[in-house]
Amino acid sequence: MSRGRFLAGAVLGVLVVAPFVPMGGVQQYVLHVAIQIFIWSFIGQAWSLMGRFGLVSLGHGAFLGVGAYTTTLLWNVYSLTPWIGALLAVAAAVAIAVVLGIPCFRFRVIGHYFALVTLAVGEVIRLLIIAERDWTGGSLGASLKTTGTASGLWTLQFADKRVFYYTSLGVFLAGLWVWDRVDRSMARSALEAIGEDETAAASVGIHVTRFKLGITVVSAALTALGGVLYAQYISYVNPDTLSGIGVSLKIVFAVVLGGMYSLMGPLVGTALTTALAEGLRIAFGLKFLGMADTIYGLLLIIFIIFLPSGIYGSIRNAIRRRSGSSNTAPA
Amino acid sequence: MLELSGITAGYGHFTALWDVSLRVAEGEAVAVVGPNGAGKTTLLRLISGLIAPRSGRIVFEGAELASHPAHDIVAHGVAHVPEGRRLFPGLTVADNLKMGAFLPAARARYRESLERVYTLFPVLAERQKQRAGSMSGGEQQMLAIGRALMSQPKIILLDEPSLGLAPVMVLRVFDLIRRVREEGYTILVVEQNVRQVLKLVDRAYLLEVGRIKMEGRAAELAEQDFVRKAYMGV
Amino acid sequence: MDPIFLVEAAINGILLGGVLALLALGLNLIFGVLDIVWIAYVELVMLCMYAVYFFNVTFGWPIWAAGLVSLAAGTLLGIAVHLLIISPILTSAPINQLLATGGLLFFLQSAATFLWTTDHKTVRLSLPSYEIAGIFLPATRIIPFAISILAVIALYVFLTRTYIGTAIRAVSQDRDAMSLMGANPQRIYIVTSAVGGLMAGLAGALLIFQYSVHPFFGGQFGPLTFMICVLGGLGNMVGAFIASFIMSEIISIGGVVISTEMGYVIAFVIFIVMMFVRPGGIMAKRG
Repeated sequence: MSRGRFLAGAVLGVLVVAPFVPMGGVQQYVLHVAIQIFIWSFIGQAWSLMGRFGLVSLGHGAFLGVGAYTTTLLWNVYSLTPWIGALLAVAAAVAIAVVLGIPCFRFRVIGHYFALVTLAVGEVIRLLIIAERDWTGGSLGASLKTTGTASGLWTLQFADKRVFYYTSLGVFLAGLWVWDRVDRSMARSALEAIGEDETAAASVGIHVTRFKLGITVVSAALTALGGVLYAQYISYVNPDTLSGIGVSLKIVFAVVLGGMYSLMGPLVGTALTTALAEGLRIAFGLKFLGMADTIYGLLLIIFIIFLPSGIYGSIRNAIRRRSGSSNTAPA
Repeated sequence: MLELSGITAGYGHFTALWDVSLRVAEGEAVAVVGPNGAGKTTLLRLISGLIAPRSGRIVFEGAELASHPAHDIVAHGVAHVPEGRRLFPGLTVADNLKMGAFLPAARARYRESLERVYTLFPVLAERQKQRAGSMSGGEQQMLAIGRALMSQPKIILLDEPSLGLAPVMVLRVFDLIRRVREEGYTILVVEQNVRQVLKLVDRAYLLEVGRIKMEGRAAELAEQDFVRKAYMGV
Repeated sequence: MDPIFLVEAAINGILLGGVLALLALGLNLIFGVLDIVWIAYVELVMLCMYAVYFFNVTFGWPIWAAGLVSLAAGTLLGIAVHLLIISPILTSAPINQLLATGGLLFFLQSAATFLWTTDHKTVRLSLPSYEIAGIFLPATRIIPFAISILAVIALYVFLTRTYIGTAIRAVSQDRDAMSLMGANPQRIYIVTSAVGGLMAGLAGALLIFQYSVHPFFGGQFGPLTFMICVLGGLGNMVGAFIASFIMSEIISIGGVVISTEMGYVIAFVIFIVMMFVRPGGIMAKRG
C-alpha cells in the first residue's frame, strides 16, 4: 500500500519537474501532447462518473461544446474574462443536464434509449452551433480573440505552454480527487444499486432520480470545465471537434479502453489513444489523408473485441489469475 | 430411450445438480418432483442443450447429447416446453405452431402435425388467429404443448406446466398432458405439484438440493410417509 | 410566406420520409432481433452510394444496374459486419457493443476519406420535373419514394408471410425459445443482417438520386435514423415507419420556414421532448 503511494508520489514528482528538463527541440511538442492528455483524461474521468454506473452517455460532446463556446464567445464579443465565463459555461452545462436529466430519469429512460437520447442532445448542440453561424462561426469555428501580447491570468491566455501544462495537470489531479471522493461516498453504493436494479433500489428508499441527477450534474460540470480549458489552450473552437457523435465516441473509447471502473483508467486509455493517434499521424503525415484514422478505427474495433474489460481491467484480471485467488465467479 | 448418468452441472461456481442419474424408457411417463430450487429446471435445460454439464453423460437413443447446441438436440427428437411457456406473444396461435415445426423434417410433415394438434386441442383451432399474448394461462400452456408437438418429437420435456395457473386450469392442463401421453408420446415432467403429477406418470424421481433422493413407481412414491407429509400436506 | 411553399415542403417531407423509412426499418430489424444498435449503419449506406457512383459514373453502367450492385453490396456488407464484428461481441456488455459499431463508424469514414478523398461525388441523372398546381415535383424525389414504399410493402410481406420472416419476428420476441424450436440462432442473425444490409443498399441507391456522397454522409443521416427508431420505439417497425414521416415533415417544413439546419434542430428537439412524453416511443402504451 505504501509502495503504491511512493510510486504515485514519484510519478507526480517527475510530472512536476518535467517541463524544466531540457528536451531540446521536441519540448514544445511533448508539452503539447502532455497537455492534451491531461485535459482529455480529465474529461474522460468526468464521463466515467456516469459511465461506471451504467449511465452511458454518447452525447458528452454537448457539455464540451457548451463549455468551450460559452467562454470563447463571451470573451470575443463582450471581453468577459474567462474566469466568469467558465462559471457561466458550467452553469449552462448544468442547466442542460438538469433540464434533460429530470424527465429522463423520472421516466426511467435507460440503456440503449438513454444512449441514443444523449446522442441526440450532442447532435442538437452541434447543429445549433452550425446553424447560428452568424455569431458562432458555424462549421468554420471561432478563434479566441487574442489581446496582443497581454497574456495573463485575467484572460487565461498564456504564451508559455508550461503554464498550461501545470494548469491542466492541476485540473486533472482535481478530477482524480473528485472521482475518488465519489468512489468513497455513500452515493457510490446507491448508484451501483441503482445500476443493478432500479426498482429494487427505489423500494429500499433510495431516491433514484436525485442520485442519477446528482452524478449527471457533476459529470456535466466537469466536462464543461474541460471544454473551457481546451478552448483556452487551443484558442480555437469548432463544432465538429467539440460536440457531436465523433468526439463523444472518442471520449467513451478512451475510458473504456483504459478501464471504466478504475481511478487511473481514463488516464491510461487517453494516454494510449493519444499516443496511438499521434504516432499514426507522424508515420503517415499528410501523405495519405485518412489512413492514420483508418488504422486507428480498426485498432479500436480490435481492442473492443479482444479486450472487453479495457487494458487496465485485463491486466488486473491477469494478475489476479496469476496469484491464484479466484473467489469471484467467472463473468 | 433417454439416460442421464452421473450428471453434475451448475451456473458459474454454483453447482445445481450433483451426480444425477435417471432413465426414461420409450412410451413411459416419468416425473421429477422436488421443492423449489432443487434443480429441476436445470435438469431440463441440460437435456435440451441450453446449458452444458460439467461431468456425466446424456444419451438419447444411443446418441451422446451433452456437447450439442440446443437447436441440434431438437433435431434429435427432444422437444422442450419451457418454464413459463415462452410463447411468442406477438405471433398468432397459428404462427406459434408454425414455428414449432421449424426443423426441415418437421416442416415437411407440417400439415399432418397441425391436423393432429388441432384434433387434440380443438380450442387452438378455434383461436388460430388470436395473438398468443392475449390468451389465458391455461390456453397458453395448451399452445406451448401443441407447439412442442409440431416438431415431431420422440420425447417431450415439460417444465412446471402448472406454474402460475389457477387450480381449475391445473387440472385441465394435466388432463391435456394425459391426452398427449395417450397418443403414445414419451414424457418427462418436472413439477412442484406432486399430488397431481404422480397421478399421471408411471415412475417418478425425487430431486432435493440437486440430488436424487428417491425413485420408484408413482403409486409407491405417493404412499411414502414423508413424501405425503412434506409435499402433499397430509 | 406563400402557402404554396409550405405545401411543397409538406409534400417533399412525405417524399423524403419514404427513404428515411427504409433506413429506420433496416436498423430496427437488426435491433429487434440482435438487441444491438448498428451505429455505423448509415456508413454502410454511404459505401453503397459510392458503389452506385463508381459503377454508373466511372464504369458507365446504366443506373438501374448500378442500383442492383448497391443492393448486392449492401447485403454482403450486412453479412460481413455481422460475422466480423457483431458475432464476437454478442454477449459483451452493451457499452462494448456500442463502441464496436462506433469504431466501425470511424473506420469506414476514414477509409472512405483515404480511398476517395472528401470530395462530394454526384451521380448525374437528368430526370424530368413535374409541375402540379404550381408545385414542383422532381422525378428524383418521386421515384425513390415510390420504390421505397414498394420495398416497405415487400418487407412486410416477407416478415409476415414467409417462414423465415416469421422466424425473425419470433426471435425478436424470444431468442431462446426459438432455438428450442430447432432454429440455429446464428443462421437467423445472418439472414437478418443480410436483409438489413439489403435495405441499406436500397436506401443508398435511392439517396444517390438526390444527395451527393462523401465520407461524412453518415453525419447527416445517422443521428436522424437513430432518433426515428427511438421515436417509434426501438424495435417497433410500425412505429419507425410513422416516425420517419413525422421527422421528415418537421425537417422539410422547418427547413423552408427557417433554415435547413434549424429544420434538423427542431426535429431533434421535438425528439427529445417526445422522449419525455412517451419514453417507449410513440407506439408505446402509456405508463
